[in-house]
Amino acid sequence: MKNQSTDRRHHRYAKKSILTMVYAFALATFASSAFAASPAKADPIKDETTLKAASLSATCANCHNTGGKGVEGAAVTGLSYLKATYIESQMLSFKRGEREATVMHQLSKGYTDEQIKIIADYLGQK
Amino acid sequence: MDRRQFVQSGIAASIITGVSPLALAKGNKAQVVIVGGGYAGATAAKYIRLLSNYKVNVTLIEPNASFVSCPMSNLVVGGIKKISDISSPYTNLQKRHGVKMIKSTVTAVDAEKKTVTLADGKTIQYDKLVMSPGIDLIYDSIEGLKAANDASVTLQAWKAGPETVALYKQLEAMKDGGVYAISVPKAPYRCPPGPYERASLVANYFKQFKPKSKVLILDANDNIVSKGKLFSEAWKANYGDMVEHRPKHQVMGVDAATRTLKFEFENPIQADVLNILPDMRGGRLAVDSGIANLNKRWADVNYMTFESKVAKDVHVIGDTVQGAPQMPKSAHMANSQAKVVAAAIVSEVNGWAPNATPLTNNTCYSYINTTNVIHVASVHLYNAEKGTYLPVEGSGGVSKAPTELEGQYAWSWAQNIWADTLV
Repeated sequence: MKNQSTDRRHHRYAKKSILTMVYAFALATFASSAFAASPAKADPIKDETTLKAASLSATCANCHNTGGKGVEGAAVTGLSYLKATYIESQMLSFKRGEREATVMHQLSKGYTDEQIKIIADYLGQK
Repeated sequence: MDRRQFVQSGIAASIITGVSPLALAKGNKAQVVIVGGGYAGATAAKYIRLLSNYKVNVTLIEPNASFVSCPMSNLVVGGIKKISDISSPYTNLQKRHGVKMIKSTVTAVDAEKKTVTLADGKTIQYDKLVMSPGIDLIYDSIEGLKAANDASVTLQAWKAGPETVALYKQLEAMKDGGVYAISVPKAPYRCPPGPYERASLVANYFKQFKPKSKVLILDANDNIVSKGKLFSEAWKANYGDMVEHRPKHQVMGVDAATRTLKFEFENPIQADVLNILPDMRGGRLAVDSGIANLNKRWADVNYMTFESKVAKDVHVIGDTVQGAPQMPKSAHMANSQAKVVAAAIVSEVNGWAPNATPLTNNTCYSYINTTNVIHVASVHLYNAEKGTYLPVEGSGGVSKAPTELEGQYAWSWAQNIWADTLV
């Protein structure tokens, strides 16, 4: 297992299939405004509310790494470099079927709009 | 400690439902002991440290020197990846997160004294115990299997490690035109799509190197347990007649001398490589201690906190847990459950009410061949009224078809969950 300890944003595509090109284009369109240079820093767990936000956001970490930092070289992008408002709008787009996905259109439907906002605010850039 | 004593002591203790902080045995730092460093235990160790702002002490007891991933291990069986690609030491948990690692096995649990006993006889005190011992293969559920294993005729490779490599070597040594047979036990078992993915990747290997060979799936279940339509279509499209799935074929016995499998009704079948998966149950410690209280196989828990129904302050996560409806015994789910437990323990230590609506999700990728992959995904929300997790209506689903894009995401999933669990 390599490339596990990095916390730099990454979205490399090994093969430029049509689908990945479409996706890359979609990302590029949003990239200038959506991405930041360094990951968002998570607040320390100071009360029940932050603990709840942290554990809800941790359900994203299986695929996007702890704190949404992503793993360098991995095809799935990190989340902590994105603006909170962007994470929220994209999750809602997945949920409503407005943005195509392989998995996220199915997972996003498992979260309420309120939960999505909590996650976006916790993982994303202010 | 005998099992009855253990269970009684657990039942006698009342379950705390209030919000008074956890009473600590010694000092002012809560001591959490975790038994088993797989996806569940390792994730719990890291997240208890993270979510407690590194204020709760965590000891992880694991006999293996390094973590070997079951997900992606079928790529090693199929000759695509090496075992080193799916292995990692536990050093980051210790160095980055201050988890105390003990390389040993737990032989007994005393839920009354709140201690665990190690193989060397030493005991360790805990305030909270997290049990994540994985699975135990019930070898005697198939007559002759133990003897066939001992004679290196059959193997399972259902816990990733040396057997994973041994299975690849058996396939490599097999003559072209040979038969690889994999048996699927009755559900529930670890990794529902796993046997079908393995069959796919063995066929992928045969197609390139031994094209006259055959893959036979002998399934105790009535249908393919997971992603059925996707698998059967993919087999036909990729491998033609090379892969054959036979439902309702429960292996009853193995004859090591003739490499023959026996069934209840159907004719015996001979094969060259015998990958025979027996029935499964929760990890040995859970079975022996009585924590696996359902049919002596799986553990029943209070799903809000994953606290055992038979022992206070003992939380059970991972494949040993019975599981809520449609909640698979998967690595992703084990990682997801571990985070619920971590938050529940941190809440209790702080005297906060536990999260009344914990949520878990699952995504399992399966390789059809070297590049193309399918998935199943689901989201499970705790329902207080039902006392279990229910899939969130409208969420989840499977792939439309195998794609290369999902192949990239599958490996990305592995890289990220390894980092999330271990780094």
